[in-house]
Amino acid sequence: MADRIVIDPVTRIEGHLRIEAQVDGGKVTAAYSSGTMFRGMELILKGRDPREAWIWAQRICGVCTTVHAHASVYSVEDALGVEIPPNARLIRNLIAGAQHIQDHVIHFYHLHALDWVDVTGALAADPAKTAALAQSISDWDRSSADYFAGVQARVKKLVDSGQLSLFASGYWGHPAYNLPPEADLMAVAHYLEALEWQRDVIRVHAVLGGKNPHPQTYLVGGMAAAVDPNSPNVINWERITFMQERIKTMRSFVEKVYVPDVKAVASFYPEWWQLGAGHKNYLAYGGLQQGNRTDEKSFGFNRGIIVGGDLSKVVGLDQQKITEAIAHSYYEYGGGDQAALHPWSGETNPKYSGPTPPFTQLDVEQKYSWLKSPRYDGMPMEVGPLARMLVAYGSGNKRVQDLVNGALAELKLQPAALFSTLGRVAARALETVYLLDLMDQWIGELASNMESGDLRIHDGSKWDPSTWPAEAEGWGFHEAPRGALGHWIKIKDRKIENYQAVVPSTWNAGPRDEKGQTGPYEASLEGTPVANPEQPLELLRTIHSFDPCLACAVHVVDANGKERVRVEVR
Amino acid sequence: MGEAGGLHVSPVLDPGAVQPPGAADTHGWLMTALTDRGISRRRFLGFASAMTALLALPQAMAPQVARALESTRKPVVVWLEFQDCAGNSESMLRSSHPTVADVVLDVLSWEYHETIMAGSGHQAEAVLERVKTGTDPYVLIVEGSIPTADGGVYCTIGGKTAIALLQDMAANAALVVAVGACAWDGGFPRLGPTGAVGVGDIIGNKPLVNLSGCPHNPANTAATLVHYLAFGKAPALDQYNRPLFAYGHLIHDQCERRANFDAGRFVEAWGDEGHRNGWCLYKMGCKGPQATFNCPIVRWNDGTNWPIGAGHGCIACASPQFWERMSPFYDRLPGVKMFGVDIDAQTIGIGAVGFVAVATAIHAGGVVARRSRERSRRATVATDGTVVPETTSEPAPSAPAGDGDQN
Repeated sequence: MADRIVIDPVTRIEGHLRIEAQVDGGKVTAAYSSGTMFRGMELILKGRDPREAWIWAQRICGVCTTVHAHASVYSVEDALGVEIPPNARLIRNLIAGAQHIQDHVIHFYHLHALDWVDVTGALAADPAKTAALAQSISDWDRSSADYFAGVQARVKKLVDSGQLSLFASGYWGHPAYNLPPEADLMAVAHYLEALEWQRDVIRVHAVLGGKNPHPQTYLVGGMAAAVDPNSPNVINWERITFMQERIKTMRSFVEKVYVPDVKAVASFYPEWWQLGAGHKNYLAYGGLQQGNRTDEKSFGFNRGIIVGGDLSKVVGLDQQKITEAIAHSYYEYGGGDQAALHPWSGETNPKYSGPTPPFTQLDVEQKYSWLKSPRYDGMPMEVGPLARMLVAYGSGNKRVQDLVNGALAELKLQPAALFSTLGRVAARALETVYLLDLMDQWIGELASNMESGDLRIHDGSKWDPSTWPAEAEGWGFHEAPRGALGHWIKIKDRKIENYQAVVPSTWNAGPRDEKGQTGPYEASLEGTPVANPEQPLELLRTIHSFDPCLACAVHVVDANGKERVRVEVR
Repeated sequence: MGEAGGLHVSPVLDPGAVQPPGAADTHGWLMTALTDRGISRRRFLGFASAMTALLALPQAMAPQVARALESTRKPVVVWLEFQDCAGNSESMLRSSHPTVADVVLDVLSWEYHETIMAGSGHQAEAVLERVKTGTDPYVLIVEGSIPTADGGVYCTIGGKTAIALLQDMAANAALVVAVGACAWDGGFPRLGPTGAVGVGDIIGNKPLVNLSGCPHNPANTAATLVHYLAFGKAPALDQYNRPLFAYGHLIHDQCERRANFDAGRFVEAWGDEGHRNGWCLYKMGCKGPQATFNCPIVRWNDGTNWPIGAGHGCIACASPQFWERMSPFYDRLPGVKMFGVDIDAQTIGIGAVGFVAVATAIHAGGVVARRSRERSRRATVATDGTVVPETTSEPAPSAPAGDGDQN
């Protein structure tokens, strides 16, 4: 018998996502992904000073905080032809790297782990055996039997109180939970440790940007975080060492807790290396420039396309091939719903045509999402850490190849296993290690520049709008934690004429297109086993493996409800 | 304005009222939890004392705060997200006093919060139903604006509109707290096509605390919740229902760079010598002279820094409708008084600093030094540059958000 599963709200994500799935014979036969919230950022940006676009655009998302600021200032600098000084680039990269590392750890422990870890299972654990397990996978020092007994007592008190707080509504006892109680207890301990860790390490953002979320330090042309080794009020030696300490703290937790935990949890769920693949098409814009803004060779993250899981062939990115479809999205196109428009000639006419709230089920034969359906050369593409690691791997990035090959050997897996739910989890962890090396490098370069007397943080040659051409347009790209992010801006008479962002979760979470091709979430859910349709834990595993961010994904519209966004082709 | 802005709700923490299962211990769940984790009574009392100080209460009140924190049944919190970016949720995760784990697991029963809660779908919806119809008083925290256009179709959760969910959950809430700019007055979505409004526009006369800021500062939110636990009501509020302890003073008056403003030392270009020496950012567009917030005192991320400390001007993110009122963010505020307390007749006119001071003073139209500055400790600057003493008013929005003055 066929069941209709509806998950709304999907929690432990950013934003408002609804998943509907048809289940037959204990497996998903069709899935539908719907974004259920809309704000309208681009309309609001129109007519404003392009130099402050980043302050607004950053508010597209507070989880991916900073990434939209990053892409925004690069788009204006691209339009005006500004190259920022090396210190500004380093500060931006340090902010971006810290964001990735902190966000990936939060994702694993606080957004994803409860799909694999039964919190109530921890009550049955033997603290001594838990200590033995923890010590067998890592030399992290918080691993004594007493320590785990204390954590267990805290969980027990929570359960006994009858007030389970955040844990009140989990699928505890679900048959798909496979961890032994000791692994559950260890993971719960690390969940709590990660809560404290994340608020400490993100203080790097506070040093460089004043606060997190929403650091307030970007400038078109550079950064506002002044650098001077001999001044008490700015980035100086004391602040450098403060950040180095946080970066050390990042490394120790990532290497001794996060990565070992990912491996340990994965070892109890081997079937999830075969589930959740989807289309096996991957896209990365690349980013983390370490030289000229558009010099692909300097990118910390490689750029490219992989089609059908063919790692031997990474294709160069051609923006002309990006289109967006709206056949199943709450928008209208002048040329009809079957059109697939390049952003250059894109339109956004919001028109809700879903069921009148309150409703229980979407009509998926009609329009069913506030997300559009981005396509590359007509194909749905997955973006994110897995896409980045695969593109880097296929592009010959030696450090990434070493990390990936090492992990595959340790887990006794072939590269094809990466096309899976656990592949996304593993890629996120490997990417975090990759970024730690870059963080060390960048903070060292910033210190060296200070030492050598290079204190430049801003190129002010184009700060005064009177120096600008009458019209200009640019593209800013960035690899956000959740994947490829692009901002396009058109400037006319010193004001924003048009602005558009095409963001990671739109690529991943978008609905079917005009040809009926599923989006990546939808494709990845097909074939997923479902033990209990009332508790669709298995669906959440795959959805969460993408790290959904829906506020980012739905935000586009302009004043007339029409976008005229030009994509600059390089 | 009356005590606590006239806002009174039933005390949650009557220790004898509701006993949780197994709560036979005599010194309360929080003290027990802390003891279990090796935290001494002395440290606990220190925490209560620090909270008392943050809330600007007399230290004689510290024992009362401690007693309330030692009660037996954890108050329930429901955190709803509507047209949000989850930035306020993330900010709450950065809470350091108390720590986030203490807040969401030990001090309170944080039962519904989509960004971090365990359950999804029906199980999540069931939590709302249980809390709404249960006997435990609950605090409703709201993040994000509420779209009202076209029947509310621009934000649905579980097939229900944000408006319906907010009305439903606010009806039985003991206290409603709006965190962040969007939940307060509609934030930037107010300027878009979805008819976005703040919580106060939807919930009528329910007790409401607005914790503005983009995002809210979790230290203020934690302190507001602790005050509520201790006294069963919100702390004293201004006409926007914002706690006076957080929003009662101008940023300009609390700014570590104020001495530079008074001395006429301004950043003239990004990365210049003044910028590298931490001089005043007024000329780079800083909105500190028109914003009230305790941002310079509490700072962010465990007191690490704040935006002006990182070299960028304030955007007045805690002020009413700041997006439209304070943008363009890089334009100078008009009519800011220049006090020049460090400048005397001998230095005016001599050198660049003197020139700047004179130019600014002329621009601002006059100088009354120390006395004005003293007055402005409890004052704000109106749009025409006049100082309004002994109130906490900011430029009034054309359509005030919330039910401010009614409370």
